[in-house]
Amino acid sequence: MRHTARSRWAALTGIAVVGALALSACGSSSSTTESSAEAPAASAAAESPAAESSAAAESPAAEECTTPTPVNLQLQWVAQAQFAGYYAAKELGYYAEQCLDVTILEGGVDIVPQTVLAQGGADFAISWVPKALASREQGANITNVAQVFQRSGTLQVSFKDRNITTAADFKGKKIGNWGFGNEYEVFAAITKAGLDPAADVELVQQQFDMAALLNGEIDAAEAMTYNEYAQVLEAINPATGALYTPEDFNVVDYNVEGVAMYQDAIWASTERLADPAYQDLTQKFVTASLQGWIHCRDNAQECADIVLAAGTKLGASHQLWQMNEVNKLIWPSPLGVGVSDPAMWEQTVTVALNTKNLEGATIITVDPSAEADTTQFSVAANEALAGMGLNTTGDAFAPISVTLTEGGN
Amino acid sequence: MRPRQSTVGRRIKRGAVGALWALAGVLLTVLMWELVKWLGGVVSLPFNTNDQAMPHVWTMLQGASKPEVRGSSTTVLQAVIQAAGYSLMIALGGFAIGVFVGLVLAIVMQRFAFMERGLLPFVIASQTVPLIALAPLITGIGNRISIGPVQWNTTYSVMFIAAYLAFFPLSVGALRGLHAPTPTSLELMRSYAATPRATLIKLRFPASIPYLVPAMKVSAAAAVVGTVVAEISTGVRGGIGRLILEYSREATSQPAKVYVAVFGAILLGLVAAGLVTLMDLYLTRNLPKESPA
Repeated sequence: MRHTARSRWAALTGIAVVGALALSACGSSSSTTESSAEAPAASAAAESPAAESSAAAESPAAEECTTPTPVNLQLQWVAQAQFAGYYAAKELGYYAEQCLDVTILEGGVDIVPQTVLAQGGADFAISWVPKALASREQGANITNVAQVFQRSGTLQVSFKDRNITTAADFKGKKIGNWGFGNEYEVFAAITKAGLDPAADVELVQQQFDMAALLNGEIDAAEAMTYNEYAQVLEAINPATGALYTPEDFNVVDYNVEGVAMYQDAIWASTERLADPAYQDLTQKFVTASLQGWIHCRDNAQECADIVLAAGTKLGASHQLWQMNEVNKLIWPSPLGVGVSDPAMWEQTVTVALNTKNLEGATIITVDPSAEADTTQFSVAANEALAGMGLNTTGDAFAPISVTLTEGGN
Repeated sequence: MRPRQSTVGRRIKRGAVGALWALAGVLLTVLMWELVKWLGGVVSLPFNTNDQAMPHVWTMLQGASKPEVRGSSTTVLQAVIQAAGYSLMIALGGFAIGVFVGLVLAIVMQRFAFMERGLLPFVIASQTVPLIALAPLITGIGNRISIGPVQWNTTYSVMFIAAYLAFFPLSVGALRGLHAPTPTSLELMRSYAATPRATLIKLRFPASIPYLVPAMKVSAAAAVVGTVVAEISTGVRGGIGRLILEYSREATSQPAKVYVAVFGAILLGLVAAGLVTLMDLYLTRNLPKESPA
């Protein structure tokens, strides 16, 4: 009896030791990945002031940088070229030049960036404007400080034989949409075309892959130009044995339908913007981020590689396609990169106010207050970047052509 | 009671039969999968059975040996096993914390009746919080924590969530176990003037083993589920949950890939269950195999 009791104790201790080992194993492995991730940024920070001392002298943030300010940026999703500008700014030392030590926090299924920002879990967040406005109305105190994407990247993709070329053709068809606040452009286009979303169209909840479209379960699928549309073009057409081509599909572009809403923007905390130190931080962050986007406009391949190195599982050709499509959403930026166009902002707000979903709910119920959007930081950033000799409007921007391979590899 | 010793030969035979049954089970699943796929081509089923929705088993096997991304030297299978191993470490860590916290809670609740009345409702309520609401909250809070030079890591958040799910079955099971000794045994301890601590170590712990082991099995499963769900939910890098999340985005063109990751998650669950079974064999080696009650 005595013996067995003692050996059971030994067993329990053993379990605890195993657990402790597991813990320490995790701790050490995560710390190594972290340090390797930090290393390039640190070396970039160390090199850049020496290598570009002349540029640094001209730049507005030329003051001595002893300890970089830590900054957390919350993304909507995992690393991909949709966020290339921020990864480039980190990797190429633009953040370090502004004396910032930026940590990029990836998103997940249940991460809502604007909520993370409002709760103080991050200093800045990337979010679509309609979703952020909805969160604002529910009490998230946030401000759009740079409207990076100037156009909507949402499409409705369908096979040629379904004859869907405008929203009016949705009548009587099975129209896929993602829900969760990603569906409002679809509803707005249907309403604008004079159709009743509840009666004239069969709306189907769609997965985030395009299998339902390829299987013919739905007639038209919601797709982002930079992601899902590419996935379709990376799939084998069983009829030909080769990849699907753009000629196989019709595409409804919500920019053309006139119901596009602003998407990726940089959001900051409204409360903290009252603090001059945070204002200064915001200015530096916006300037460096936009500098990253300018670099990615002119160096798509390099930025796609930076994103690949950041550990995405999507293949190289998919990443380059995404980089190119994202560039098309940003450039040209006639008012300057990151500066929101009042007309497009107005359109976003109008659609958000007036589009009812199937439950009869709109995204927002009242006009957003004046603090929702400011061009103060983006305009100042444009001046600073132009002072560095950079083209901030991208008026001469020409997209590259990308060849997709099977599976995007 | 059946004699405890069994000859080596009989053990090997029993093991071989068990392995054959397990193999038969796998084969049967594969056959059913292919049968349903074939049936879908003959009659109309309420779901899609083409290669896109249900890839052939051999396509999945092929997919496992392909490189993860072009030019990389790791195959999908290697990436999946690596990720499953990483998640297993997190799950084990969460499990260990959960077992520790659960045991402490059970001991405290057993020792002080008012604690049981006061604490147990909270313990139960803790499990009614939906995980998808909790996970972003914990990572959000975690991002702001730094203790001295140690910066909170999102991996710890995942481990915390695993522990959060794992501690509950264990604390409830252990509490029952600690209450299990018969009044006769307790009176005997009292007649020895045994301290509460001695009673706990010499009587209550040994008596709780039959309750503790099933509780640990549930806890281990909960830790694995918690790890994978938390990884998917918060997109934490390195584990099998993140891999499922990333591969599912490629399901349009490479449907087999995501299945390989799902197999990785299954493997993870099996390994965790196997570890607990080994522990079970060790802890209960001196107990009669029939239920003591």
